[in-house]
Amino acid sequence: MTQFTTWDIVSNLLLAARWTVLLSILAFIGGGVVGLVVLYCRIARKVWLQRAANLYIELFQGTPLLMQLFLIFFGLPLMGLDVSPWAAAFVSLTLWTSAFLAEIWRGCVESIPKGQWEASSSLAMSFFEQLRYVVLPQALRIAVPPTVGFSVQVVKGTALTSIIGFVELSKASTIITNATFEPFTVYGFAALIYFVLCWPLSKSSQLLERKLNVAHHHH
Amino acid sequence: MAYSFDFSSLADYGPVLAKGVAITVELIVVGGALGVGLGIACAWAKALGPRWLRPIVSAYVELIRNTPFLIQLFFIFFGLPAIGVGLTEMQAAILAMVINLGAYACEIIRAGIEATPRGQFEAGASLAMSPIQTFRHVVLVPALQKIWPALTSQIVIVMFGSAVCSQISVEELTFAANFIQSRTFRAFESYIVATVLYLLLAVLLRQVMRGLGLFLFPRRRKTT
Amino acid sequence: MSLITITEVRKSFGQNEVLKGINLDVAAGEVIAIIGKSGSGKSTLLRCINGLETINHGSITVAGAQLAPDEVHLRALRLKVGMIFQGFNLFPHLTAGRNVMLSPMVVKKVSQKEAEAEARVRLEQVGLAHKFDAYPDELSGGQQQRVAIARALAMKPLALLCDEITSALDPELVNEVLAVVKKLAEEGMTLLMVTHEMRFAREVCDRVVFMHQGRVHEIGPPEEVFANPQTAELRQFLGQS
Ligand SMILES: Nc1ncnc2c1ncn2[C@@H]1O[C@H](COP(=O)(O)OP(=O)(O)O)[C@@H](O)[C@H]1O
Ligand SMILES: [Mg+2]
Repeated sequence: MTQFTTWDIVSNLLLAARWTVLLSILAFIGGGVVGLVVLYCRIARKVWLQRAANLYIELFQGTPLLMQLFLIFFGLPLMGLDVSPWAAAFVSLTLWTSAFLAEIWRGCVESIPKGQWEASSSLAMSFFEQLRYVVLPQALRIAVPPTVGFSVQVVKGTALTSIIGFVELSKASTIITNATFEPFTVYGFAALIYFVLCWPLSKSSQLLERKLNVAHHHH
Repeated sequence: MAYSFDFSSLADYGPVLAKGVAITVELIVVGGALGVGLGIACAWAKALGPRWLRPIVSAYVELIRNTPFLIQLFFIFFGLPAIGVGLTEMQAAILAMVINLGAYACEIIRAGIEATPRGQFEAGASLAMSPIQTFRHVVLVPALQKIWPALTSQIVIVMFGSAVCSQISVEELTFAANFIQSRTFRAFESYIVATVLYLLLAVLLRQVMRGLGLFLFPRRRKTT
Repeated sequence: MSLITITEVRKSFGQNEVLKGINLDVAAGEVIAIIGKSGSGKSTLLRCINGLETINHGSITVAGAQLAPDEVHLRALRLKVGMIFQGFNLFPHLTAGRNVMLSPMVVKKVSQKEAEAEARVRLEQVGLAHKFDAYPDELSGGQQQRVAIARALAMKPLALLCDEITSALDPELVNEVLAVVKKLAEEGMTLLMVTHEMRFAREVCDRVVFMHQGRVHEIGPPEEVFANPQTAELRQFLGQS
């Protein structure tokens, strides 16, 4: 049997963590794009669009991410799409992220005073123009801290993709544990790597939030 | 798109699903109650406790909130036996949930405690109550009342998170769905059913929390 | 023999010395009004007597209980003096009756039945027996303050500290609270009250303390203090109010 040094363990975990990072970034970007569309529907002036967006948000927020992963992993093939764990992971995390971001951003948009909408419509802007040029730029400022905060959930969410067989940090931990029989060390280091990825995001979210609050008080 | 749904082959597995639901309920009831208890203790420590305790609690909270539940669970179930702490699947799952919820609940409840007007602490003190007595009888209930909706959401999130306990062979709802799909090869249907059950459980859990709230806080706060 | 003995008390917040050597003896049954400009240290003095602030120098003793910053001493002290606050500070999640019952049950381990009986007596005493089951937000400010008085009385204190207890009230509610205080005074309760109600001070109090810049600037029976102020500061203060 081969001996594994602690460095072997850590370096292998770090290699796998690249996939965690990549998946997180892609899912976050994908979720952001889809989330904007959902947000648009959610605040559009068409009731059926709002309802659809609401349903979308509630479905993804109201069920376990693991179930969403399974349904997409096993469901897409039924529609004739052959999906790899990687694709299933990306699609489900994107959808899940979009629902949460849409809901976070809706809160931000709704905190923009009504007068801004009224003023911009009095300038004959269309709904889309109002959103694009008046409301979103303002909402963006307050949206940054909770959005950064949610990115932590995305990074942690990627751990679930190990269950459908995508080899990222968590899956690699299990594989390495099975080879080394050192679960304490392996999972300990895996936790540490996740922490190093997530903690700066959490902290900057908190700091941004505080800065925003301070800026708010000074006006 | 020629797939035809077939839920009928799942019909025989009612008892399996029922058991899965029961265990998920057990996980969230026990884990939820103990987790909130831990959260209250930690919130007290962070907001009002002795100075030396605060960084320890902060470290715990940050560590848990910045690592995935799955890794916490694996560390507890697979890792702890290596240092002589062997736990059954169920014990490990509940411990992981308690530790996880405890950290999130700590931050939520602390916000409630810190929103307590100073006069409430002073009134308690002036009536000769000790700081602990004041916390227990004066501060805690209104603080919990303020953050009850946020706490409810967090407990629902933790229930969803409990789905991964299937990975250490806790026979909860996701485990049941895995089992059924491995027997029937009807994966999509199995997970649809499980998902709907989770959805219903979440609705039920929110109702239970609402009821518990009405019981604990008979006085509606005035909305000013 | 005095019930409350305050000797050379100094208190600073950072660099700011707020109490600059206070000496005051209060006899049992005495009613004392503390008057003075905002910021002169009146609240701080009362809060020190109740152990809500620590002192930097001097000593405060109430019926043998000495102010010290540890829990045992604080408890002993607070069992002897109750405090009523400007903002009532009722517990919002408890009914009026429960507000009154809480501390006897928690601190003195009185049984629920006894505590309830005591609470009814105390609420009766402040004229609110019928509000036993009302929550604080269902009561007027004056009623809330009377419940707060009943709550303090239920601990059977030897003295009560009242810090501008009518200042947060609408004018028409002031008298119902003052009437309760007056009755307490007549029944022999030792009272130390910060107040802006000069007429009340004149009628009810045995002595008036005028505080100025953290010192007891003048002290004496109300007739003297009000009719014949010795210092320019007191004259100016009385002239303003
Ligand atoms: N907790 C505190 N921290 C710092 N300064 C305080 C505090 N409480 C009171 N002070 C200061 O002490 C002085 C006296 O305050 P206070 O006793 O409330 O006066 P009064 O009740 O006579 O209006 C004021 O200058 C006030 O700013
Ligand atoms: Mg004052």
